Amino acid sequence: MNNLIDLEKKINSELTTKINKTSIKHDQIYVEIDKEDLIDVVLFIKTNKDTKFRQLIDITVVDYPEETQRFKIVYLFLSHEFNHRMILSYFINENELISSLTSVFPSANWMEREVFDMYGVNFKNHPDLRRILTDYGFEGHPLRKDFPLTGHSEVRYSEEKKKVISEPVKLEQNYRNFDYKSPWEGTKYIKEVSETNDKKN
Amino acid sequence: MTKKIKNLNLNFGPQHPAAHGVLRLILELDGEVVEKADPHIGLLHRGTEKLIENKTYMQAVPYFDRLDYVAPMNQEHAFALAIEKILDIDVPIRAQYIRVMFCEIGRILSHILNVTTQALDVGALTPSLWGFEERETLMTFYERASGSRLHANYFRAGGVHQDLPAGLENDIAKFCETFPKIINDLENLLTDNRIFKQRNVDIGVVTKDDALDYSFSGVMIRGSGVPWDLRKSQPYDCYDQLEFKIPVGKNGDCYDRYLCRIEEMKESVSIIKQCLARMEKGPIKTFDGKISPPSKAEIKQSMEALIHHFKLFTEGYRVPKDEIYTAVEAPKGEFGVYLISDGSSKPYKCKIRAPGFSHLQSMDYLIKGHMLADVPAVLGSLDIVFGEVDR
Repeated sequence: MNNLIDLEKKINSELTTKINKTSIKHDQIYVEIDKEDLIDVVLFIKTNKDTKFRQLIDITVVDYPEETQRFKIVYLFLSHEFNHRMILSYFINENELISSLTSVFPSANWMEREVFDMYGVNFKNHPDLRRILTDYGFEGHPLRKDFPLTGHSEVRYSEEKKKVISEPVKLEQNYRNFDYKSPWEGTKYIKEVSETNDKKN
Repeated sequence: MTKKIKNLNLNFGPQHPAAHGVLRLILELDGEVVEKADPHIGLLHRGTEKLIENKTYMQAVPYFDRLDYVAPMNQEHAFALAIEKILDIDVPIRAQYIRVMFCEIGRILSHILNVTTQALDVGALTPSLWGFEERETLMTFYERASGSRLHANYFRAGGVHQDLPAGLENDIAKFCETFPKIINDLENLLTDNRIFKQRNVDIGVVTKDDALDYSFSGVMIRGSGVPWDLRKSQPYDCYDQLEFKIPVGKNGDCYDRYLCRIEEMKESVSIIKQCLARMEKGPIKTFDGKISPPSKAEIKQSMEALIHHFKLFTEGYRVPKDEIYTAVEAPKGEFGVYLISDGSSKPYKCKIRAPGFSHLQSMDYLIKGHMLADVPAVLGSLDIVFGEVDR
């Protein structure tokens, strides 16, 4: 499949019921699916000779706390053969379990661990679901929108106890989040070139 | 008489000179052979993505310098491109050449560091002494353009922060003349060196299929014989107007990756030369007053410019609701930014895809069955920088 429109048609015709929505934007194809069809769809796009999305680039989550389906799980794929990128996504509720991609792509291992660490999304059939980036014994999931920027606890070396201890965050000054929102819409005005010998593009 | 043999667990790092930063590696050894490697990362985790969600687009740029801190501007490039694509703005041609030139300087910076420390890990001290002298020169170029040696904060959506100071172009051109000799000197010391080859040839071999399955990119995938470089396959800025070759390895071992890096440095020098030759005087950032701040002289003259300046540095520019993934070929591989904007002046979500993260993940696969002494050699050829792995 040499262009994205053909690819979009192909995916829609082959996976008819499993695809909720497709669109093309910024030279990438965006595909929305249901949670249950993940493994089927990924196996198809990885192995089919017309798609060949052989590489999983990343897995991530977008948190929308005010929605009923809170998390949007996003998978980024790359096809070296046809030079295409795909963004695959679906929505889940807060405590839903989703299938792990580790059996299809071994590189999904750490990516899913990171998602679990940062958002608290649980994967079934994951071989080794531990925290990865945060400290040993860390609590909470830092990239959720309801997790405060300053965190809950801070660590320091205690001279009395002769060890590193963890205690609630104490700030000298509260974090100041200024709200600059204003009706200012910016302007359509494009600056003129001041010097005449300047070449524009 | 029977002896009971038990596997030994060895804790490598987090404070070990060959760990290239703060890597804690738990190794399970059977004699001297590594059975299993479990990297513990996150010791340098600073919550970059969380911080970016709380900053305006312009304030978020410096965080990108602090990811892969040996090639800072390459990361800024990915972020700038993401915003430019959403806002749909054109970058003046001079700015494109400046950005590409500094990205290639970043590539040389990173490859010198990697090649020489890899040599250091397997016992050669001299290359690092020679290489670091050149890095110092390159960082002076960074400093003259942006004001700081490492954390440049130089690229902006729509161009670069300011024009190059007088004389910098000449000095970079002079560097391009002298630097190939240094690469040759390094090659004389390493390429045919018996010890260096014994330590690197057939160590940490990656097959084509595994390189794809483990999400490798950059030199890691090219070393295994996949001709894939985003500068060629998905060109950004002015890369499509420049001529350069993509070195590809054959065997996928540490030695091939070393050779690829050496060749890439030579190509980078040629790209820098082409940029310098084609660069003409002209604007260095977009004229769109909504995005790029007015000059100091304008602020003194015009009320509107003053308002723009104030609004751009307090509220920042707004980016319409969109979702995008952009990637650049950073020295270490594909560095990507997955950006979700919500129409305000702060990103709603900014996921950073660091090449080192997936490379380090494969440590267990790469090192299984090798000797303990090969661990630093393999780690060195992975080109890990913890700033980007831990984010």
